[in-house]
Amino acid sequence: MAKSASVPLSAQAATGHAHSHPPAKTVVLEDPPAALVNPPLVLNNRSLGWITNKIAGICENPMPAWWLPAFIGSAGLMGLMYALIAYLVATGVGVWGLNNPVAWAWDITNFVFWIGIGHAGTLISAVLFLLRQKWRTSINRAAEAMTLFAVACAGIFPVIHVGRIWYAPLFLAPIPNSNMIWPQFRSPLLWDVFAVSTYGTVSLLFWYVGLIPDLATLRDRASNRIRAIAYGIFALGWRGSNRHWRNYEKAYLILAGISTPLVLSVHSIVSFDFAVSVVPGWHTTIFPPYFVAGAIFSGFGMVLTLMIPMRTIFKLEDVITERHVGLMCKVILATGSMVGYAYGMEFFIAWYGGSPYELYAFKNRAFGPYWWAYWSMITCNVISPHLFWFKWCRKTMWFVWLVSIVVNIGMWFERFVIIVTSLHRDYLPASWGYFTPTWVDVFTFVGSFGQFMTLFLLFIRFLPVIAISEVKGVTPQADPHHPLGGAKEAHH
Amino acid sequence: MSSTPKPYGLLAEFDTAADIFEAAIRVRDAGYRRWDVFTPFPIHGMDDAMGLKNSPVGWFTFIGGFTGFFTGMTMIWYMNGFEYPLVVGGKPLFTPLFAFPVSYELTILLGAFGTIFGMFALNQLPRLHHPLFNSERFKRASDDRFFLCIEARDAKFSDARALLESAGAKAIELVED
Repeated sequence: MAKSASVPLSAQAATGHAHSHPPAKTVVLEDPPAALVNPPLVLNNRSLGWITNKIAGICENPMPAWWLPAFIGSAGLMGLMYALIAYLVATGVGVWGLNNPVAWAWDITNFVFWIGIGHAGTLISAVLFLLRQKWRTSINRAAEAMTLFAVACAGIFPVIHVGRIWYAPLFLAPIPNSNMIWPQFRSPLLWDVFAVSTYGTVSLLFWYVGLIPDLATLRDRASNRIRAIAYGIFALGWRGSNRHWRNYEKAYLILAGISTPLVLSVHSIVSFDFAVSVVPGWHTTIFPPYFVAGAIFSGFGMVLTLMIPMRTIFKLEDVITERHVGLMCKVILATGSMVGYAYGMEFFIAWYGGSPYELYAFKNRAFGPYWWAYWSMITCNVISPHLFWFKWCRKTMWFVWLVSIVVNIGMWFERFVIIVTSLHRDYLPASWGYFTPTWVDVFTFVGSFGQFMTLFLLFIRFLPVIAISEVKGVTPQADPHHPLGGAKEAHH
Repeated sequence: MSSTPKPYGLLAEFDTAADIFEAAIRVRDAGYRRWDVFTPFPIHGMDDAMGLKNSPVGWFTFIGGFTGFFTGMTMIWYMNGFEYPLVVGGKPLFTPLFAFPVSYELTILLGAFGTIFGMFALNQLPRLHHPLFNSERFKRASDDRFFLCIEARDAKFSDARALLESAGAKAIELVED
C-alpha cells in the first residue's frame, strides 16, 4: 500500500527536469503518511489498453461453462412466474392468500422490495457523480443495469394485483374511464404511476447514454461483421470526438443533477402510498426519508450480492478493488443505521403521540402474531450492518457477500412487516385476520428472481459490465498533467 | 462515382494524454477552425485547450423541463378542476400542491428527453458512417490512442502536416472522404 501510494510522487521526481528549476526555488514535496493516501482506483498501474481488453474481453470471449445452465435455470423460473400470472389472471386473485383485511400482502411487498433495490443504480450513477466520488466508475454500469432489471420486476406486481388487469391501460394512462371520470390526481397511487414510470425511463436513458462510448469500443474491436453492425447501430456513430464529449459530459452532468431529486422522490412517493392513508402503522411522517434510506440500503446490498461473484469469476480485482467493496459496505452501514434509527423513532412516536391505535399497532408488530417477521427484520437490518464497523468484515469478500444477502432478506421482511402487520389488525376487532401465503404467492416471487437473473446474465453476456471509458478517465494515465499521462513536467 | 477520392483530412496519432493536450493547444494557437480531437475518454481541460465554449445542452434541458412542468399542471387542472370537477374528501378541485408530484416527475422526464435528444442533435448523431472510420488506425481511438484530425476544408490545411509533425505526432495519415 505504501509503495503504490508513493508511485505518483516518485515518478514525478524521476521524469521531472531537475535542471529546469534553480535550486533555491525547488519545492520539496514530501510523501504524505501512508495512512492518509487512498489506494488507487485501478490497482497495479494497469494501462488503458489493459482496461479495454479486460472488460471488453468478458463479452467478446465465450462465457464460462456455468453460464448456460444458469441462464436456462433463471429463464425457467421466469417462465414459471409468467405461467403463474396467467393462472392468476385466468382464475382471479383468490389464488393468492389475500383476504380482508389483508388486501395488500406479497404483491405490494414484492413491488416495494424490487423498487427499493432499484435505487442503488441511479444513486451510484447520479448522487455519487455529483459528489465527485470517482470510485463509482467501477460499479455504476452493473448497478444501473441491476436497477433497470429490478424496476422491470417491480413493475409486474402492481399491475397484476389489480385483478382485472385488462383494465390496466385505463387507470395507468391519464384518460377518462367509462363514466368519463378522469384519474384522481389527489391520490398518491397515481403519483406512484408517474414516479415509477419516469424513474424506469430516465434510468434506462441514463444507462444507455453511459453505454454509448463503450459500445463504440466494442464496435471497433468487433471480430466479425455481425458484431460490428450490431454494436455499431447502438453506438450511433460515436467516434470519441472532443466536440462531442463536450456536449456529452454536460448532458451527463445535467442528467445526474435531475436524477438525484428523482431518486429521492420515487421512494418518497412510494412511501406516500402508505403514509397518506389513515391506517395505524402507515400514517407516519417519517416514511419518506425512512423509505429512501431503506431503498439505498437494500440496493447496495443487491449490488454487492451481484458484484462480488462477478469480480471473482471474471478476475476484476484490479478494477473493483477492496476499497470499492469497503466503501459500499460503509454506505450499507450508514443507511442501515438510518433504518435502525427510523425503527426506534417509530416506536417512540407511537408512545409519545398518545394515540392508542398507533401504540397498539407497534406493540402488535413486535409481540403480536407476526413477531417472527418483525424480529427477523430487526436481526437482518439493525444488527447485521453494524458488523461493517470492523475492517475484517469489510475486507473479507465471502463475509460481505453473506451480509449483503442478509440485508436483502431483512429488507423484504421490512416491507412485509409494514404492510401485513399494519393491515391484519383493523380498528374493529371483528375484522381482524391473518395472512398466509399460498404456493402461487411464493413461486410468483421466486419467479421474479428468475426474471432478474435472466436479464442480468444477458447483460454480462452482451454488454461491458464496467464503464470502460469512465474507468479510464479516473486513471493517472488519463490526466495530461500527470507523469503517467505523459506530462514532461508535473504542473502541481 | 468520382474517380479521384477527395481527402477528408489529416489524421495524426498521439501516444499519451499529455501529447494530445499539448498538440491541441498548438493547433488552436495556429488558428485552425475545422479540426477535432478524438480520445477514448474525455480529457480534463481539453475544451479549453481546443478553445471550445460551454456546451449549450442546458437550454434543451430547460425547455424540456419547463414543458413537462407546464404540461403536468395544465393536465391536472383540466382533468380534475375543469373538465369533470368532482369533489373528493372535501379537498379543493385544484391546487398546485397535489398537482406537484406528478408535474415534478414530468419536469424530470421531459427534461431528460430534452437533454439527451439535445445532446444528440448538437453532436449530429446518430450517423451510420463517417470518413474517419475509413482509417484502420482510428479504431484505437476508442481504446488507448489519441487522435487529432485537421480537415481538408480548413483554410490553413496546406500547413497542417508540418504543424502536426512538429507537435510530436507518432503517425500521420491522409484520410479520404
